[in-house]
Amino acid sequence: MHKTLLMAAITATLFNSNMVFAESETDSIKQQLDALKKDYEQRIQALEARQLKRDSNLKKVKVKSALTNTSRPVSTGSNTFNPAISLILDGRYARFDNGPENYELPGFALAGEAGLGEKGLSIGHSELIISANIDDKFYGKMTLALAEHEGATEVELEEAFIQALGLGNGMTVKAGRFFSAIGYLNKQHAHYWDFADAPLIYRGLFGNQLIDDGLQFTYIAPTDTFLQLGAEALSGSRHPASGRTNGIGAWTAFADIGGDIGIEHSWQLGLSHWQANEIEGRESGGHAAHGGAAETPSFTGDSKINALDLVYKWAPNGNPKNQSLKLQFEYFDRKENGTVSMLNSGPPVETTSYDGHQKGWYAQAIYQFKPQWRAGLRYDQLDSNSTGSDVAVLGEAGLDNEGHTPKRTSAMLEWLPSEFSRVRLQYNRDDSYEKTDNQLLLQYTMSLGSHGAHQF
Amino acid sequence: MFYQGEKSVWLGVLLLSLCSNAAYAQINVFACEPEWAALTQELGGSAVKVYSATTAQQDPHHIQARPSLIAKVRRADLLVCTGAELEVGWLPLLLRRSGNGNIQPNRPGHFMAADHITLLEKPAVLDRSLGDIHAAGNPHFHFDPYRILQIAKALTTRMAKIDPANNDLYQKNGLDFSRKWSQAITQWEQQFRALRGRRIVVSHNSWVYLEQWLGLKKVATLEPKPGIPPSSTHLSKVLAELKQNPAEMILVADYQSDKSARWLAQKTALPVVGLPFSVAEKESLMQWFDRFLNQLLEAVP
Repeated sequence: MHKTLLMAAITATLFNSNMVFAESETDSIKQQLDALKKDYEQRIQALEARQLKRDSNLKKVKVKSALTNTSRPVSTGSNTFNPAISLILDGRYARFDNGPENYELPGFALAGEAGLGEKGLSIGHSELIISANIDDKFYGKMTLALAEHEGATEVELEEAFIQALGLGNGMTVKAGRFFSAIGYLNKQHAHYWDFADAPLIYRGLFGNQLIDDGLQFTYIAPTDTFLQLGAEALSGSRHPASGRTNGIGAWTAFADIGGDIGIEHSWQLGLSHWQANEIEGRESGGHAAHGGAAETPSFTGDSKINALDLVYKWAPNGNPKNQSLKLQFEYFDRKENGTVSMLNSGPPVETTSYDGHQKGWYAQAIYQFKPQWRAGLRYDQLDSNSTGSDVAVLGEAGLDNEGHTPKRTSAMLEWLPSEFSRVRLQYNRDDSYEKTDNQLLLQYTMSLGSHGAHQF
Repeated sequence: MFYQGEKSVWLGVLLLSLCSNAAYAQINVFACEPEWAALTQELGGSAVKVYSATTAQQDPHHIQARPSLIAKVRRADLLVCTGAELEVGWLPLLLRRSGNGNIQPNRPGHFMAADHITLLEKPAVLDRSLGDIHAAGNPHFHFDPYRILQIAKALTTRMAKIDPANNDLYQKNGLDFSRKWSQAITQWEQQFRALRGRRIVVSHNSWVYLEQWLGLKKVATLEPKPGIPPSSTHLSKVLAELKQNPAEMILVADYQSDKSARWLAQKTALPVVGLPFSVAEKESLMQWFDRFLNQLLEAVP
């Protein structure tokens, strides 16, 4: 017992040596401190008085030219506008060899906004973005997109979510409508993308981008290397779920890991999974079919997507303002099981069992060679292998790959007069379907209002 | 049984020791720029573990919310940044993604230096045609030693608030710093008197506080507007102006491209002074001031 007490005493002494020292000398230190404090405070006051005098002298001089240029202490608000408002203006000129109405992606049933868009002069999505910290616990954001669709202006609510800020322990919760965290590009607004159009695999699987309503939870591990885990519970009401289920129609899980290598290199690797088990009547192909009573393919069954994304960035001295390089790769794999029926066909309605497998990837490199200039290359490739009881119906639904491997090569050149404006010239050699299409796009994207974020 | 009792007494004391020792655990500080990292390190000494998000070679306007930065913010107890919209492109995103409640705006762990001083050049008109201007005023105030003194004082108070266990240490370091820094100011003003009234050309409008302190006179700016790279037409205009109104040196931040400055130097035979825009690795604030002041003095004809 004595031995134990002795050990205990030693332990306590060892662990608390600083504290023992602190207590025994506290008084004398405090006295010294007080003396020092008085002395220095006088000096500091004298210095501050000097500075005030200098400032006011300067002010007197400057008052002649401008009313005032010395501000009051600023508040913590990070921008002038509360809430932050920004407007994105986007327009383009497009020239295609083939008619955009003939566009198809064999093996993928297109839906949503998938397609080439209009030829000639047109405006893209004009977006109004409003966001702010609601209080010290929540952040809110809304994005309204206005787009022209067959002669009518449509308003689309792209994003409307709140996000909890102060949960602590690396946890964040988002609720509302948001871009799903699957893949890498999907999380970003299309106007942040490095090319004027979505990668083919995004076009084929998501109709350009996966947006849904629901809840997102993320957790960041307390490690030096960035490690994020997250999951989403989604309504599943939007493509590629389009299920008419109540409650949770789709869900995702994702993991991201990333970090820096020295000062000049940084990277991120992401794995993600999307799943919808009870898809009921997902329609597609509506855009492609014209003339007569359109037979619309409708899918019922389950769908699973696995994705991998890899991003690497380089900037000399870690300073991306003057020069930088970005390499990006994404791979998606979708498996589906169920039945496909052609609506408005028959009677009897044409139906087939469906065992679908689609996959695709793209890789791109963007090189910023001068502060205001960027150039980029991208290559897309898709593949599908779907089977069913009635091959003819699969073909009609656009799910037969027709022995073709869709691919596309793109090159772009961007001029960025400032952080808020961009003019882009892009060329695609598009082999989405058998007939090669040469596409030329000239696009401007400008942002008015509050400063955007520099995402990774 | 008896043996177990002994063991738990020992364990209990060990646990107690560990707990009380936790008061001496370092607080994690995320500094947006190296000058604030250096200042925090000086004020916090062994009680703080400081990470600087940028180096002196990086333009603090143009940082991306990299994964590594999110991981660092996630673990920070205190954020020390410039504020005044300097980090507007990346800091809000880091904060939102970090899942860290302690360093959100309006929390004690959120320290913006600009909130504790007055800023120069607050624009009367906010219009993007004027370039990338900051509504709150010019955020490059780390070149003014007087403002640094004010910020050091506010930061000392804030650190003591976050980590009251080390209050005495912070107060002592704060006073030490103020004393040394005040002496240094007096000395710098003596030693670098020769800089007063010197006529300079600047590349970006990042030196107003230095100009004000040292009494430098800016006669031209290479950027036509803040954040807009110099065009050849603007440069020839600057060249023409300099014929009328000559300067003595061209100032650039050493992370900036000095191409246009070199071009102008060739035409005018003016020396180009590439000043370190912030503290280098393992350098103190005072060493940095000494270094760039000497560099300026050397360029004086």
